[in-house]
Amino acid sequence: MTPPDAETPDAPHHDARFHATSYLRFLRLAFRLATEGSWLFYAWMFVLTCIALVGTHAWAVQVRDGMAVTAMTDHVSWGLYIANFTFIVGLAAGGVMMVIPAYIYHDRDMHDTVIVGELLAIASIVMCLLFVVVDLGRPDRFWHIMPFVGKFNWPISMLTWDVIVLNGYLLLNLHICGYLLYKRFLGEAPDKRWYVPFVFLSIAWAISIHTVTAFLYCGLGGRPFWNTALLAPRFLTSAFVAGPAFIVVVLQIIRRLTRIKVGEGSIRTLVGIMRITILINLVMLVSEIFTSFYTGGAHGVSAKYLFFGHHGHGALVPWMWTSVAFSVIAAVLLLRPKVHEHLWTLDIACVLAFAGIWIEKGMGLIIPGFIPSTLHEWVEYLPSATEWKITAGIWAGGLLIYTLLLKVAIPVFSGEAKRLPH
Amino acid sequence: MNDSSQGCGSGCGCKGGGDRDDSLFSRRNLLKGGAMTLGAAAFAKALSPLAHWTREETSVEEFLQKHYRELTKIDLELVLKRLEKEARENYGAEVTISDHRPQKGVKFGYALNLSICIGCRRCAEACHHENNHDRATSNSYIRVLEMSKGSMDMEKGNVHYDHPVPHPDKFYMPVQCQQCDNPPCVDVCPVEATWKEEDGIVVVDYNWCIGCRYCEAACPYHARRFNWKKPVVPKDEINPNQSYLSNRIRPQGVMEKCTFCLHRTREGRMPACLEACPTGARVFGNLLDPDSEIRKVIDTKRVFVLKEELGTRPSFFYFFDE
Repeated sequence: MTPPDAETPDAPHHDARFHATSYLRFLRLAFRLATEGSWLFYAWMFVLTCIALVGTHAWAVQVRDGMAVTAMTDHVSWGLYIANFTFIVGLAAGGVMMVIPAYIYHDRDMHDTVIVGELLAIASIVMCLLFVVVDLGRPDRFWHIMPFVGKFNWPISMLTWDVIVLNGYLLLNLHICGYLLYKRFLGEAPDKRWYVPFVFLSIAWAISIHTVTAFLYCGLGGRPFWNTALLAPRFLTSAFVAGPAFIVVVLQIIRRLTRIKVGEGSIRTLVGIMRITILINLVMLVSEIFTSFYTGGAHGVSAKYLFFGHHGHGALVPWMWTSVAFSVIAAVLLLRPKVHEHLWTLDIACVLAFAGIWIEKGMGLIIPGFIPSTLHEWVEYLPSATEWKITAGIWAGGLLIYTLLLKVAIPVFSGEAKRLPH
Repeated sequence: MNDSSQGCGSGCGCKGGGDRDDSLFSRRNLLKGGAMTLGAAAFAKALSPLAHWTREETSVEEFLQKHYRELTKIDLELVLKRLEKEARENYGAEVTISDHRPQKGVKFGYALNLSICIGCRRCAEACHHENNHDRATSNSYIRVLEMSKGSMDMEKGNVHYDHPVPHPDKFYMPVQCQQCDNPPCVDVCPVEATWKEEDGIVVVDYNWCIGCRYCEAACPYHARRFNWKKPVVPKDEINPNQSYLSNRIRPQGVMEKCTFCLHRTREGRMPACLEACPTGARVFGNLLDPDSEIRKVIDTKRVFVLKEELGTRPSFFYFFDE
């Protein structure tokens, strides 16, 4: 056993006492990195905290007064919360489009920046869990859904599968990021046995989180709009547009605000992926539209409502056409051969693709599943102010977590923090 | 993420001295501590509505209560006493909450004669009173569809008709929980808060449901209702004969549904909706008893079930007389 003071880069064996002290030092450094920064950083955190506060308060009122403060009804019984949940599961899975090039194709640039995607998965899953919690009528009974403690209806209920895969994905990414960062902090080469198997598991797991989430909906025979085998593939494809789009923008922000080198290769690879996935997503959309409209009948009613409205009911029509327009413009911008030379248009394409899919897979997917209702009643839904506040609060909370994670990870990972006394 | 160029190079913004010289009570650390305390206090304040709710609407006993099917006899007795006390405190009403269990050799079935239903909605109203529904929303487990003759398509149905009934060009189809033998709502529930009892009735444990509303999305018959807020029922309108799994006043934030009035039917009485029907369109009974009226209907009439293609296997049948 190497003595605790032998802190050289080639000393991979330490006893527990060494870790007990050095891990505390690691946490202390993390705390310092996370709480110190420029005025821009403080302003950003302040704004996010304020929005999160508004959301927190709105949620507390919702618990006290009941979910009547939302615009949901017995007809449209899921709304903005579950719409955002669905989209963000995709965002969490989208990070895997960095992991695959980095670990399977050994893309060097991607290898240096892959942590940006893995940390996004962590922040996204936290947001997903929050969106589920705020959708519960009785959050005080959360323990009923915990395996072994409560009554876990596994394997029949798809929601229990979702609990398993989402929390599993969170733990996997916490382990991978935590291990790599700690090793970097110690100045040691990470032991492949301790993270590579987990990385490969996380790739399969990323696919599973979005597949299971699609199965939540497409397994319901009473909801023809969701009851399609294309749902899971479509979820994955759109996730692999929205995820990379978000990361491309984040990488550029990191490049501008920090001294860490973000290799051109990472962005090139991500754009290359988006060029394909955004087209497949559009093909799938067309395929769904064709099936609904050409066949007609009960299966097509919701799609018709979504795109064209029904006898004066058309709350989703402007949303959906905005989404289609955004996706098509983004696809055209991304397909231009010289997209890498015009970073501004690349950014615009990413923002449009992201917003387009947020609508398509959020409100555009969840709400028409309920309209018309199973007895063919026409009750529409537009989110209430409370729902918008809580939703904004969770997004702010997620961005806050993501900022802090990056704030710690970037200097540690790039070696900038190495010169700190530990 | 920061702009200090003469710092330690960590991007942490320190001025290069290293943290060993950094006193715990340096100006910077005091500022940080102050900001964090302020932030924590702000979040505590933002959550303050929860304090009221925890005090008024929940209790330790409620929080720790086990699933209905895991309660011992003594547990259950205490729970029923507590719920009766809550009804007294919250609604000022003296109620009796019993625990009606299924009878051996009984499986309930319901049939509805569409030829003679006149669409008066008295069944829906009876349900509203019998089951202590929220008065403001005039909730009921039954929805009556006015259908055009010449079509069985619910797309052409209308629940909001407002004219004298029966209209000569229409027929009427009341829809409530179909008590499916293969209930999608039970499958999807993540916490087993809803299940099918031996006599065929699908029930909800209102004290176990977490309010995720997955069952409401799964039900093809719009049979489930959510308590979007605490139900309001005037004291003297409360039906005091209640049962744990059926018509006791539901808490806020949980699901509820038709239970074939199990507090009545498990005592050998008829459901409230049947008793209220002025035309005798409703037939209720034990499917396992070959001499029951419901069996006579199923054996001799041309009966059908709603959305048979979904494979839910309802215990609720419709038929035409002529």
